[in-house]
Amino acid sequence: MPQWDLANSDCVLVMGSNMAENHPIAFRFVLQAKARGATIIHADPRFTRTSAMADIYAPIRAGTDVAFLGGIIRHVLEHDLWFREWAIPYTNIATILGEDYRDAEDGDGLFSGWQEESRKYSPESWQYEGVTMPSALAESYVDTEGFCEATKRLHEGPPPRDPTLQHPRCVYQVMKRHFARYTPEMVERVTGCPREVFLKVCEALARNSGRERTTAICYAVGWNHHSTGVQIIRSGAILQALLGNVGRPGGGMLALRGHTSIQGSTDIPTLYDMLPGYLPQPHAFKPHSTLESYLDAETSPTGWWRNFPKYAVSLLRAWYGEAAAPENGWGFDWVPRIVGDHSQLPLTVAMRNRIIRGLFVMGQNPVVGSSNSLLVQRGLADLDWMVVRDFAETDTASFWRDGHLVRSGGMRPEDIRTEVFLMPAALSGEKAGSFTNTHRLLQWHDKVVPPPGDSRSEHWFVYHLGRRLKDLYAASEREEDRAIRALTWEYPVDDEGEPDAEAILQEINGYTWPDRTLLPDFEALKEDGSTACGCWIYSGVFPKPGENRSRARRPDGPEGPGTHLGWGFAWPSNRRTLNNRASADPEGRPWSERKRLVWWDEAKQEWASPDQIDFPKDKRPDYEPDWSRKPAGMDAISGRQPFIMIPDGVAGLFVPSGLKDGPLPAHYEPVESPVANPLYGQSISPAAKRWEHADNPVHGTGDPRWPHVLTTFRLTEHHSGGTPTRLVPTTAELQPEGFAEIPTELARALGIRSTDWVVISTPRGAIETRALVTDRLRPWRLDGRMVHQIALPWHFGWVGYATGDVANVLTAVVGDPNTGMHENKALTCALRPGRLRRAGGAGVAREAR
Amino acid sequence: MSRQPPRRGLAERAAEFAREWSVPRQLRGADHRREAAEAAISRTLRPRLEEADRVGTSICPYCAVGCAQLIYARDGRPIHVEGDPRSPVNQGTLCPKGAATFGLMTSPMRLDRCLHRVPGATAWREVTLDWAMDRIAHLVRRTRDETFVKDLPDGTPLNHTLGIASMGGATLDNEENYLIKKLFSGGLGMVFVENQARV
Ligand code: SF4
Repeated sequence: MPQWDLANSDCVLVMGSNMAENHPIAFRFVLQAKARGATIIHADPRFTRTSAMADIYAPIRAGTDVAFLGGIIRHVLEHDLWFREWAIPYTNIATILGEDYRDAEDGDGLFSGWQEESRKYSPESWQYEGVTMPSALAESYVDTEGFCEATKRLHEGPPPRDPTLQHPRCVYQVMKRHFARYTPEMVERVTGCPREVFLKVCEALARNSGRERTTAICYAVGWNHHSTGVQIIRSGAILQALLGNVGRPGGGMLALRGHTSIQGSTDIPTLYDMLPGYLPQPHAFKPHSTLESYLDAETSPTGWWRNFPKYAVSLLRAWYGEAAAPENGWGFDWVPRIVGDHSQLPLTVAMRNRIIRGLFVMGQNPVVGSSNSLLVQRGLADLDWMVVRDFAETDTASFWRDGHLVRSGGMRPEDIRTEVFLMPAALSGEKAGSFTNTHRLLQWHDKVVPPPGDSRSEHWFVYHLGRRLKDLYAASEREEDRAIRALTWEYPVDDEGEPDAEAILQEINGYTWPDRTLLPDFEALKEDGSTACGCWIYSGVFPKPGENRSRARRPDGPEGPGTHLGWGFAWPSNRRTLNNRASADPEGRPWSERKRLVWWDEAKQEWASPDQIDFPKDKRPDYEPDWSRKPAGMDAISGRQPFIMIPDGVAGLFVPSGLKDGPLPAHYEPVESPVANPLYGQSISPAAKRWEHADNPVHGTGDPRWPHVLTTFRLTEHHSGGTPTRLVPTTAELQPEGFAEIPTELARALGIRSTDWVVISTPRGAIETRALVTDRLRPWRLDGRMVHQIALPWHFGWVGYATGDVANVLTAVVGDPNTGMHENKALTCALRPGRLRRAGGAGVAREAR
Repeated sequence: MSRQPPRRGLAERAAEFAREWSVPRQLRGADHRREAAEAAISRTLRPRLEEADRVGTSICPYCAVGCAQLIYARDGRPIHVEGDPRSPVNQGTLCPKGAATFGLMTSPMRLDRCLHRVPGATAWREVTLDWAMDRIAHLVRRTRDETFVKDLPDGTPLNHTLGIASMGGATLDNEENYLIKKLFSGGLGMVFVENQARV
């Protein structure tokens, strides 16, 4: 949902986010909603400025979000508070599951399909009766027997449903049983949130949902950074789908993302597992050996993703140009295959294991930002070479001189054999280009001033590196060098050699091949090689020469509709609210005047809205597929099914394919937890990702050596790895050094006062920092014993004006099975007053460089 | 910009104080927020933005809220960065980080030369951009050629190298990410390509 749409919400639940401090300008819209009478709720382990502005603050123990949200889901189902008229047609609540499904309730925390040897789930038993569902994710293929054939059944009719919800295997009944034990008493026991406060939250959410009212949920990495991160987000999505808060004004889920273009770098992924536009990176152990098998496995028979081949072939044409031909699968063989998880956490381990020998670091500071910093620093010392590109020297760039290996690890710089380049980089006002913000809005920034000295943009760096490599390989006739030779790499450059960013955006937008006429949008893409497109979801951003829509700066006036279609460009096709067909009832009428966004205009025979419609514009609400003709793609989606990216057109409360840790969220304790799971014998997520390594020890549940809960957080004045704020005088002055928030009772027991030095340790390492004794964190009584929580901001390092020890020395390489995101929001630690004994005398934090 | 008044004697300063003191003016009925608050020095001050010879639109380089900014420059150097009042996202406002953008662009710690550290060295040395680019291209080729795997023993194509990795992208432009993915993945066969999306 657009951030400004929060002003239209009647209730906002902020959870997994300290929005007031970390996304302050977006939080203005929450306050605008509040001024109009909305109820604001904050659920978080720490009382922050977000809590201070909320009507209800619900304290919860770090890592218990699924228990809290599961409790709300139970409350809403049990008391029939969900939005029936919305959820029955628009979700899979009535869909009937196959007979083989066994819930985690019956498996003491394990769903059916668990394979002990491979420590993985097989989703075969999670399928609908008689239908195998492709995943709605990037990788639509799921590894099950006869997958491609089995999914073809989707051409024959919709999955079986029981709209009366009586069938014992319909999703409604399965969910009721699954969440039955998530009672207010259980919620209080697991999360520590008082029962009355929890019930107030339930009532506020239910009261502010339905025809006339909508509720929004805002979350950030406080949800993602758990071994159950995806299932926490799923819990929020299930709740919103039950309450009908999707695709409607003031309703939805707003992911508050961290970096300026983190959304853009996910859409055009500098990520290992995807190609631009959420196409899967081919995988050696999936049926991806030829283009034909790749398209066959990954193309969903029904729904929008049926168009997948057009997007894949157009991407290959954009990359390999003339060299791409039908005979060579448009160059598909040249696209590298992945063989497993190559994400951030295993990347760290692979450096340490000397699999990776050369590393580029462009605008990132992994020594501070990556889990298990000592492992990262040892990995950097194992490299042959590293190129760091940033606006100043970072902690990562100087690890060989000032890092922990040298200061307390007994190494000398002379022992570190890594060749390091540190290259000055241009900042946003010094180069032109587009960023994509957290609500999918592409916004262009101009080059206003030249970058200083030898500073260059990444456009410049990557372009000229590519030119040099193409020269080096120009004479090669080896098959393995075909890709670099074939790669299209012609961009106009200016006098300084800077490539024209608009020319790159035009390639992303797409054009006809070979005459390069810009495409109006992705509906013009073809799978016969006659179009080239670098990222299909961005198509339409540059529809004509001179019309860079990310540069549009025409906001609605005060009397306008407030969708601001003339400000920037939101993918896809400038749609501001996704799934907005759901803002109308099945017949196409708005649910209420108050929440009007999209409606069917019978006179014009099309959908009308102040927004762009996220649905075929002329598909009548009463359209039904003619199943006798085996419809494919959008022909199989009825006029009443708003979720066009999902093969059966409805929101998945229960997810049959695509998740690696179960079709429904279940509460598991963090991998390092002070207590065993009160709900299931299976204490932690069985599928949680773990990497065994001598440098990455992880302890078991309830280890008395690490009695306290540790969580990490961010400050308003600092940004992520800290480089762009610790090195800036104003922000450094506002937050000059690292600290840890320590609850009053614990501080008293250990004799710690504010500003005293303390040492925090985990099995990975120890850091020293200053204490900030506070009541913002409250202790919990858990199974008869007191548990304290400690909170650490993680921006600090040794570089800059504002310094402090690196919090990530403490964290482990452990993560969510779906995303590979680390679990840094809930682990356990030890605490003592005093300082570390380090080779250099005083601690790293206070040493002058 | 600050302008220091010239040094003067005590009597002169006392007289000026009496003349500039705002309370008598307020008592005479002047508006305490306007005329009464005026001092000689404030009458000579001009807004810094008037000195700009260029203003351009930008987007905040910190978080993903995407606040729009105006960058004012003079003689090719930034002199001020502020929120763009037209933006429906931020309506002219910026948070403490966004407001530090000018400080970021002009940080005294900013680097403007290429530095190189020879294996085992205890300090950086300065190198030219050209030399660095040539050397990096050479290293990439060498590492790639040493670690490239064409296919598995059973003939399954891989066409990849695990030997070179890349981190970063979330602070960069879409167009930059596109070139990185295209060259590193599509051209060189690197698979360890990751940004901050997971951290
Ligand atoms: S000004 Fe603050 S809230 Fe706005 S984009 Fe920048 S960092 Fe985010």
